[in-house]
Amino acid sequence: MSDRCVVVLSGGLSHERDVSLRSGRRLSAALRSADVMVEEWDADSALLSRLREHRPDAVVIALHGAEGEGGSIQTVLEMLDVPFVGADSHACRRAWDKPTAKTELARAGLATPDWVVLPHSTFRELGARPVLDAMVDRLGLPMMLKPEQGGSALGAQVVREAAELPAAMVACLAYGETVMAERYVEGVEVAVTVVDGPGGPAALPAVEIDPSTGVYDYTARYTAGLTTFHTPARLDARSAAAVAEVAVAAHRLLGLRDVSRTDAIVAADGTVHFLEVNSSPGLTETSLLPMAAEAGGRSLADIYTGLIERAVARANPVTAPHNP
Amino acid sequence: MTSVQPPDRTSRSLDPHLSRYAARAAGMTASEVRALFAVASRPEVVSLAGGMPNLTALPLDSLSAEVAGLISADGLVALQYGSAHGLPELRDQICEVMALEEISAHPDDVVVTVGSQMALDMVTRIFCDPGDVVLAEGPSYVGALGTFAAYQADVVHVAMDDDGLVPEALREALAATRAAGRRVKFLYTIPNFHNPAGVTMSVPRRAEVLEICAANDVLVVEDNPYGLLGFDGQTYPALRSLDPDNVVYLGSFSKTFAAGLRVGWALAPHAVREKLMLAAESATLCPPTLNQMIVSRYLATHDWKGQVKSFQQTYRERRDALLSALEQYLPAGCTWTVPAGGFFVWLTVPEGVDTKAMLPRAVTARVAYVSGTGFYADGLGSRQMRLSFCYPTPERIIEGVRRLAAVLSDELELARTFGPVTRRPGSGPQVPAPDTA
Repeated sequence: MSDRCVVVLSGGLSHERDVSLRSGRRLSAALRSADVMVEEWDADSALLSRLREHRPDAVVIALHGAEGEGGSIQTVLEMLDVPFVGADSHACRRAWDKPTAKTELARAGLATPDWVVLPHSTFRELGARPVLDAMVDRLGLPMMLKPEQGGSALGAQVVREAAELPAAMVACLAYGETVMAERYVEGVEVAVTVVDGPGGPAALPAVEIDPSTGVYDYTARYTAGLTTFHTPARLDARSAAAVAEVAVAAHRLLGLRDVSRTDAIVAADGTVHFLEVNSSPGLTETSLLPMAAEAGGRSLADIYTGLIERAVARANPVTAPHNP
Repeated sequence: MTSVQPPDRTSRSLDPHLSRYAARAAGMTASEVRALFAVASRPEVVSLAGGMPNLTALPLDSLSAEVAGLISADGLVALQYGSAHGLPELRDQICEVMALEEISAHPDDVVVTVGSQMALDMVTRIFCDPGDVVLAEGPSYVGALGTFAAYQADVVHVAMDDDGLVPEALREALAATRAAGRRVKFLYTIPNFHNPAGVTMSVPRRAEVLEICAANDVLVVEDNPYGLLGFDGQTYPALRSLDPDNVVYLGSFSKTFAAGLRVGWALAPHAVREKLMLAAESATLCPPTLNQMIVSRYLATHDWKGQVKSFQQTYRERRDALLSALEQYLPAGCTWTVPAGGFFVWLTVPEGVDTKAMLPRAVTARVAYVSGTGFYADGLGSRQMRLSFCYPTPERIIEGVRRLAAVLSDELELARTFGPVTRRPGSGPQVPAPDTA
């Protein structure tokens, strides 16, 4: 790996810039510890000229939010024929849009909480109250409100009372013009990382998320100590296998590549409910992928050096993929 | 569901020290709002959020030579520990600076600190027990609110108008606090070009406020970082000049010279000063000797008053750009203060708009501000925001307001759709880090 020149892209202009910078720093340190030559770049107006000039062997996308997960940076890298770790632009778009991902998985027979998607214009034109009432009738309370697109739980809220809905809608719509409301499912919240390997995509042990506040929101995600993580998740063998199957299925059905992280809820009856999938999972000190890697006996460096080799091999098919 | 516990399972909170933290650390959490400000440092975003002074006019070449000369000639002193009191020559010069605002002080009563923020921390440390009450203008400087929270003091806000703190509101706050059996330790006030409100306490009110505090046995802590930054060169008599025995005065070179040097001071009555020095010694041993020497040399060898005039002119142009843009672009129903100095305008938006909830939309539109909620300890301020004009150029300020107006327009439409709403308080810091422009 020492001859590879790898660029870790982080930062960007999304709401998740801060998280992305932390992911980028952590990943870069891990790669350097494995003797990989790493440069950390921001995704800014100098990016294209830098890519053309330096032609890195591979780019690892540690951007979160629309830039990193919505397919746009992938499109740029595809146009420039720069190898990169992660899913292609089309798959990223499918995964990034939560309703699209849920629709695809529901069509394939996977369980996902019932949901509705509504833009602000619908509330404006039809009147907020009747539409909100219809949402409650359909999904019940509590319900989850999330921006249609977005990560790090920014704008996501649990709404427990109908009276809270207008305020929650306003807060959620500050992150985008369309809201996805989802039936709230009680259960064990898990995150399952899937990593491509020689035998195809394989799930790392599920990480169980147990936030002390009851809600895994931004604060609970990024304040060390506010959430207890159990690795592997405290699931029986059947449920553990089921969450792994769902994560691998999501990875395959959405056409994801190299690495993904699926968030799911295991209900009391054992049903695994798919929530969403991340094509550029967080890699910060409090992120779930590094914990899953450790539980699976692997390191961040180990996983990503392998993925970098895969990315290089994709761009240069005569080079045999080097897998960890 | 049957739980199977493999032997290698781990349960972790990622913070093994969680049970050890003091109660005052409870609010020190990650913040969604703070995360949004990470974007504000990018050049694509017009940040009207931070309060970074504009340093472009500083004589960097001659300063560079001065610093090199200091190290060369006095390096063994400059790089050595110093006194917790601060360098004597600098304390002399600080007294000359304060004389511009009618303060007559002895250098022995000055304690040099690591920025006036440290001075405020020391004052709070020596006066406040948990549960004590500090009175502060509503809104108030967020860094002060953070300090008071760190010492578990409760803040009671006192209303302001265009002439600053309202004396009658001060009387009422004192009476109500006393009636509740609470002890007021001091009034914290920023009389000149207030952060965030932009207003200045009128001269008649200064005397009245001091009288009320003296009559009620309440100390006054006067924070005056902007006093020399009146746009017409005007200054006001410091509260300290009117009541030397009952005012602790906090000063700073961060706005008149260089914030990065972190040199500020406290001027306090003798007995208080002795305790401040001991508190400061336990916090930092001494203020940075080299930085004190740089400030002292700058004051001695540069036309620092001329430099302050240059700052006044720069900030005046930027204030004017902001005010005219607000007038031109903002929707009806918005009102704002008109500062005669300092860095900030306090904007009130129409009913139904929550400036904190609106922030993600603003960041998406590449403009940043600080929601008013960050400047209150009691959850108020959701209809206000602080706009800073000190750092961006006038052109950028105008562009920022144009973007802000579009964001406000969208938010007003949202308010019309969903009606007035009450939102949950957020957690963690609600304001940008100090190095966010």
